[in-house]
Order: sequence, then structure tokens, then C-alpha cells
Amino acid sequence: MGTKTRYLHLAAATAIALSATPGSPSRSAAIERKSSAAKAASSGHSEGHEAGTVSGTVRVIGAQAAAARINMAADPACLRIHPTPMMSEEVVTEANGALKNVIVYISNGVGNRSFDPPKEPAVFEQKGCSYSPRVLGMQASQSLQIVNLDPTSHNIHPVPQNNREWNIIQPPGSSPIAETFTREEIIPVRCNVHPWMKGYIAVFKHPYFAITKEDGTFDLKDVPPGEYMIQAWHEKYGVLTQKVTLEGNQTKVLEFVFKP
Amino acid sequence: MKRNRMKVDIASILVLLFAAGAQVTPAQESHIGGITGEATRGRHLYRRYCVGCHGPLGDGRGENAPWVDPKPRDFVTGTFKCRSTPSGELPTDEDLFKSVTRGLVNSNMPPWLPLTEQQRADLVAYVKTFSSRFREEKPSAPVEVPSEPAADQQSIQRGSELYQKMNCWSCHGKEGHGDGPSAQTLVDNRGYPIPPFDFSAGTRFKCGESNQDLYRILMTGLDGTPMPSSSSALTPAQTWDLVHYLRALQINAKYSKASSPPRTGGSVALNKQLVRRPEHADLF
Repeated sequence: MGTKTRYLHLAAATAIALSATPGSPSRSAAIERKSSAAKAASSGHSEGHEAGTVSGTVRVIGAQAAAARINMAADPACLRIHPTPMMSEEVVTEANGALKNVIVYISNGVGNRSFDPPKEPAVFEQKGCSYSPRVLGMQASQSLQIVNLDPTSHNIHPVPQNNREWNIIQPPGSSPIAETFTREEIIPVRCNVHPWMKGYIAVFKHPYFAITKEDGTFDLKDVPPGEYMIQAWHEKYGVLTQKVTLEGNQTKVLEFVFKP
Repeated sequence: MKRNRMKVDIASILVLLFAAGAQVTPAQESHIGGITGEATRGRHLYRRYCVGCHGPLGDGRGENAPWVDPKPRDFVTGTFKCRSTPSGELPTDEDLFKSVTRGLVNSNMPPWLPLTEQQRADLVAYVKTFSSRFREEKPSAPVEVPSEPAADQQSIQRGSELYQKMNCWSCHGKEGHGDGPSAQTLVDNRGYPIPPFDFSAGTRFKCGESNQDLYRILMTGLDGTPMPSSSSALTPAQTWDLVHYLRALQINAKYSKASSPPRTGGSVALNKQLVRRPEHADLF
């Protein structure tokens, strides 16, 4: 009997030692395990009862280069829509460096829980030879509806690493294209016909993500108590990560600052 | 005593685990007509003929790859240009077999006609082992190619309007020379520059040479490249119109250097002059 427990202890110690090696990829797995254990302990409680919020702002500091003018001369139809040239939306800031179009999401801590995708589709529009929204967040397996509101043909071409890559042409006036992605990933989307068109579709297995508004703010709502890694991703400035421990009914305010 | 037995147990469990790990991948097969290809045989052929460019891991990083353009296919992502299936889907065994047999024109991939059909089928089976997608997904039914209507002047005219409306010219150019305003900006899914097809060059298409092949290319698109699928945008009749116009572009381009281009007239003699022997056939 005594030998058996000793073996168990040994196994547990080995597992912990393995998973706690700093800098190793299993580190994040360790966090995941920990928080799912915490969740298991609190299981039985209704989530809405205890759920908290992670909100905050994303900023970028330092002088930003003025947005570049987009030259749409390649397609007269696009040129007609924008008599004054459209400016690049890669970096959109407000006073104090508030940064728009940053995806803020839980990157770790949700564990293996599965979430049903929302019934309503995520809508990605091609409008004025530009994507609207430029950065779209959706849940894995949620229906994605692609709409062309322009008087010209676009090809919609996501270039994923882990999902299926497809590429479909959508002439003016055609009905929306219904598609989906099943794996978590931030996918660049391109229109090869109009090379200036750039967009991103961020796919998550859970509903805890938000895209920052003009004022750089975001809200992750209905987050159950737990320990999480929160990431902020921007197409030009990359990724910032913060750790947050959320207790029941709590609101945590985070600030992410990109220093390019 | 007890402790010893436990040690043995742990050892045997480990042995079992390793054995199970080795057996995870089931034998991969390919089915082409009446031929069944087997990955175990294909592996030997691959190591002899394909590994130099496509690499031991099938990721297109063989030792020749840095000097090859276009780059060798990365089999791991399961993304293929020449398919009969809708955009984003896996190719059928037959599609892969045809690519191995035909080769890819304007690339370093020769037609593998010196290999027997059985050997080519074995290679297809082995190539499928590199991507887990072949174990997880099934391609849907191949795109149907309905019978071809007459390639008359009206059809070509309608095709030319579609060429305009669908923005084909953005990349392929107003006259199909591959010099449209977006042509210089195009890259493939690995970020390498990729030129749009030049209809004046007089070469075969990448994925076949017949009108049926061209119809299929328009429907499926060439995955991993900027060439999109038109399956949801064009009716079968419209697709044939576009095929006829593209053929007319080829013929006009061919004769445009001569003094009298045969731009007008009734039906156009299509196809025949474009059927030739594989360009690398003398390689072996």
C-alpha cells in the first residue's frame, strides 16, 4: 500500500516538474490545467451568476507615421467610389494613442470546455473596395457570411495556416457566400484583384474575444472566475500578453500599450 | 517482490504505448480506376524520384527547393492547384494521379510517364500520408463538366463581356497577356511571387490542355494561388462562354504577330493545335 502511494507521488512530481519547466510550450498547458481544475471545483454554479468582466483600453505610444493614401487606379469602379483617396486603415488611432482594430481575447485558461457557436452569422462585407469590418471576430464553426456591396467583382481569399484555404470570386449583385472555419486562428484575408484590400478574420473556440473600438476600448463579458492569459493582437504591432485572475462578479480593467 | 511486479507493469505499459503510437497511421491507399496504389511501395519510389524537391517530410523543402521556381508543392497543408473538387477541398486520387502523369507545365515537375500506372498510383497513396487532412476529410463530388455548346462568335462575345465583368483582366490583362494592373502584386500562399497565366504564351494550362480542363479550372480555382473559383458566380453556359473567349485570346495572340489576324469569322477551330506531346518527354 505504502509503495503504491509513493509511486503515485513520484508520478505526480514528475508531471509537475515536466509541465513547470519555464519557457517550455507545456507551460501554457500547465496554466490551462490549473484553471480547468479550478473550474471543476466550482462546477455546479451557474456561470452567469458569478461571471465577471475583463475590460480596458489598448494604446500605442510614440509618433505614428501618417496613414498612407490608397491608390485605387487599378480598378476604375473603385476609383469612382472614392473621389478623394481613401487612407490606409492599418493603424487607426485617436487622441492619447487609442488604437482601433485590436483583437483582445483569452489565449489560455478556458480549458477544454466547448461552446456552441452563435446562431447568427458573422458578416464580412466588401464595401467601397475595402473590408468592413477590417478585423472580424467569430467563433469556430459559426456561419460566416460574405457580402459584396460594390459595383465590381472581388475575389475573397483567406490565407489560413490551420484551416482550409479557399478562394472564390463574387461579382456585383451576387448573393452572399456562406462559409465557415473550424479551427482557432487569425486568418489574413486578401482580394487579389484589388491588392490594397486587407482584412483579418479571427476564429476562436470560445466567445471571450472583442475588437477594440475607435477609442481603443474593449469588453470581454460573462467570463467565469479563473486564471487567464489575455492577449491583444494588432496586425502591425504584434501581440501583448497579460495574466489576469478573475474572481466571481469581478471586473478587471487592463491596459495594453504597444511601444513600437 | 510486489515492487518488482509493478516495475514490470510500467515497462510493459510503456512498450504498449510506443507500439500503439507506431500503429496510429493506417495503411494509406489510392484508387485510380481499377488500380489500387499502396503507400508502402510509393515510399520507395518517392525516396528515389521525388525527395530531391519535395523533401523527406513532403513539405516542399527538398535540397533542390531553393533553386526551383515555382517552389515544389508542400504536401503537408493538403492544398493543391489541380483538382476536380470545389475550392478549399482535397483533390481526388484521380486528380493527383493526373498531376503526376501530366506534370506541371512551366515548372520543374515533369510528366512521370516513364513510371508505370501502378507506380504512379503508389506514389499518390504515399503523398497522401503527408497531410492528416486525407485521414480526416473526404473530398466532395467532382465538379460536373456538361457537354460543350458551339464555340460561335456570340459565345465568344458573351465570354468577353464576362472577362470584363469578373475582373479577369485585373490580373490577366485586357488582352490576356498576363499584364493586368494587379499582376505584379500577386503572391502564392507561401508568399512567393506568382505570375498570372499569359494567354499569348501558347503553352498548355497548368491543369490540362482541353476545353474541359479549362472549364474545370474556372470552376475549382487553383488553390494556394490568387486564381479564384467561379463556381458560385457563373452558370455552366456562362462558363463555356468564358472558355471560348479565353481560347480566342490564345489564338488571336498566336496570330497577332502575323499581318492578318483572323479575328472575325464563324466558328473557331479550337484546341487541336494546342494538343502536343508533353514538353519534358525527352527528359528521360
